[in-house]
Amino acid sequence: MFTYYLQLGLRSLRRNPILTALMVIGIALGIAASMTTLTVMHLMGSDPIPWKSDKLHYVQLDSWSADDSFYSNGRPPDQVTYRDAQALMEAGKADKQAAMFKLSLPIQPENKDLKPFRSLGRVTYTDFFGMFEPPFKYGGPWSRDQDRSHERVIVLGKVMNEKLFGGQDSVGRTVRMDDIDYTIVGVLDDWKLRMRYYDLTNGPFEDPDEFFMPFTTAIDLKQRSTGNNSCWKSPGDGWDAYLDSDCVWIQMWVQLDSPARLAEYKSFLDSYVGEQKKLGRFPRPLNNRLLDVNAWMADQEVVSRDVQVQTGLAFAFLIVCLVNTVGLLLAKFTRKSGEIGLRRALGASRREVFSQFLIESGVVGLSGGILGLALTGLGLLAVRALYSQYKTVAHLDWTMTGVTIALAVVSAVLAGLYPTWRACRVQPAAQLKI
Amino acid sequence: MLKMTHLQMVYRTHLIETHALRDFSIHVREGEFVAVTGPSGSGKTTFLNIAGLLEEFTGGEYWLDGVDVRGLNDNARSKLRNEKIGFIFQSFNLIPDLNLFDNVDVPLRYRGFAAADRKKRIEESLTRVGLSSRMKHYPSELSGGQQQRVAIARALAGSPRLLMADEPTGNLDSLMARGVMELLEEVNRQGTTIVMVTHDPELAARAHRNVHVIDGQVTDFDEEPRLRKSGSGESGVGSGLKAPASV
Repeated sequence: MFTYYLQLGLRSLRRNPILTALMVIGIALGIAASMTTLTVMHLMGSDPIPWKSDKLHYVQLDSWSADDSFYSNGRPPDQVTYRDAQALMEAGKADKQAAMFKLSLPIQPENKDLKPFRSLGRVTYTDFFGMFEPPFKYGGPWSRDQDRSHERVIVLGKVMNEKLFGGQDSVGRTVRMDDIDYTIVGVLDDWKLRMRYYDLTNGPFEDPDEFFMPFTTAIDLKQRSTGNNSCWKSPGDGWDAYLDSDCVWIQMWVQLDSPARLAEYKSFLDSYVGEQKKLGRFPRPLNNRLLDVNAWMADQEVVSRDVQVQTGLAFAFLIVCLVNTVGLLLAKFTRKSGEIGLRRALGASRREVFSQFLIESGVVGLSGGILGLALTGLGLLAVRALYSQYKTVAHLDWTMTGVTIALAVVSAVLAGLYPTWRACRVQPAAQLKI
Repeated sequence: MLKMTHLQMVYRTHLIETHALRDFSIHVREGEFVAVTGPSGSGKTTFLNIAGLLEEFTGGEYWLDGVDVRGLNDNARSKLRNEKIGFIFQSFNLIPDLNLFDNVDVPLRYRGFAAADRKKRIEESLTRVGLSSRMKHYPSELSGGQQQRVAIARALAGSPRLLMADEPTGNLDSLMARGVMELLEEVNRQGTTIVMVTHDPELAARAHRNVHVIDGQVTDFDEEPRLRKSGSGESGVGSGLKAPASV
């Protein structure tokens, strides 16, 4: 009977084209509004590295002032000091570890047709590539030895390589940055990052990093971070004083491959801070945190309150559209009272009438969903055009396509419940004038 | 085939009670053609609604083809209605956006017949009423008489044992009405029991037996069924007896 009811539902859509169009457009608009915002929110909040997000942990140590906490709610600072990053890297207690910071440098292209330009990149350790797994097109990461020997090597992002070398294999060639030549050891392929989750302190939806260079090299060359830098007391004068200060400006990630390793590392951090307290640092109570990727994203409110409110409003609009659909379905089904009475007289039970009209509501929903999908595509196009920071997350994936259609059908079926219930209560005798 | 004993039907509101049927008894035997007559508001419609299982009653007994219908739930009533009863309405009640084939198909779908069986029954029914060449036509393309023939085909497709007709010629001119009556008589001759509500004394006269209803009670009926003799033109006008109607 399902196929029969489906045929009847499709036939019924054609019978009242204006009423049908009103319902379908109403549902489609509600679906498009809610799915556009939901898609952005879903992709913002979804796990960026699901196969190992529980192994990658962000290190927070509370080295802040005794008089005042970094955050009013007592959360520790979002970054660590150079001294602590250096100590944790040297200890090497994690399975992999990478301290990092954001760096902007001027590029002086070999190609004289190109003018010098500034480029944003990342200063880090070789473990970064093993931890966050960017794909390489040419070459590979630098080695641990090159980390240790402060070598002037670099890994280029795909866009930078295309800009400087037309996308050719540039491994072994050099790139001049701020009057210093760096040898290219690797070129990344297209890294489909929806967000730069490894550096949430500098904005998750900024453009991808254009280059990566060894942390040790950048420190050697006295390159200051162009990311966030917070101090609770003056760092003093000079580069060495800055490195020795309690200013926090470095992000520290570790990979811990098992819960046991995680427990060990926590214990290590506590011991480390305990040792530092003896040296007069870390005046605040012990407040270390090791959050995995998803917990860190939640902590940093990657899905902003604004986006959540917008999504809520869009769903409220969907509800308004559905209330409108309830009214239109009531009108449609009331007009069909005669047919309902006839079908009852010819042997349809209430349950069969209920099924028929619920499926008809579902057909309306399916049509609304298909149109809504197209409108959602347009909505996301508009989001990408208006908000460039969302360009990586304003895309429909297969999951959200399925959710769109399912939401439309479920919504229409829910909207159809009351009209359908009314339809199946029709007294056949009253309709047939038998 | 159809037996009602001391049937009561009371419509209640918080202000008033209306007795649509009171102590209503009737027995329609297998193969009969019974005409139910009476003035407007007499209770004929309520009788047909109850007899057709479209409405429940408030007292008494009703047996349909040996089944006590009291207390049956909606599913059971719908199944019984689908299997045992065919309906013919004054206003035909065809579904306008279904063609003739699909209109006749409606009761068969609810019966759960296989597609091949349904097709065979639909073709046979439409052939029987002389409309086999118009299966793909829509009701609006047919005359009133042809639409009523389709309704008869729909009523017969499921091989019901009882045909309930409500003023089946009420919307037809005399020529078409005669054709529809002849078709009903032929269906009855082939064994289907028919209960027909009508105001038309000429039509009533063509039934085996008449039952006259006034104020929700049977007031006038033929005591014994007089089965039609082919070509005799014998009619069954009420005899004026006051005993229960063939109970």
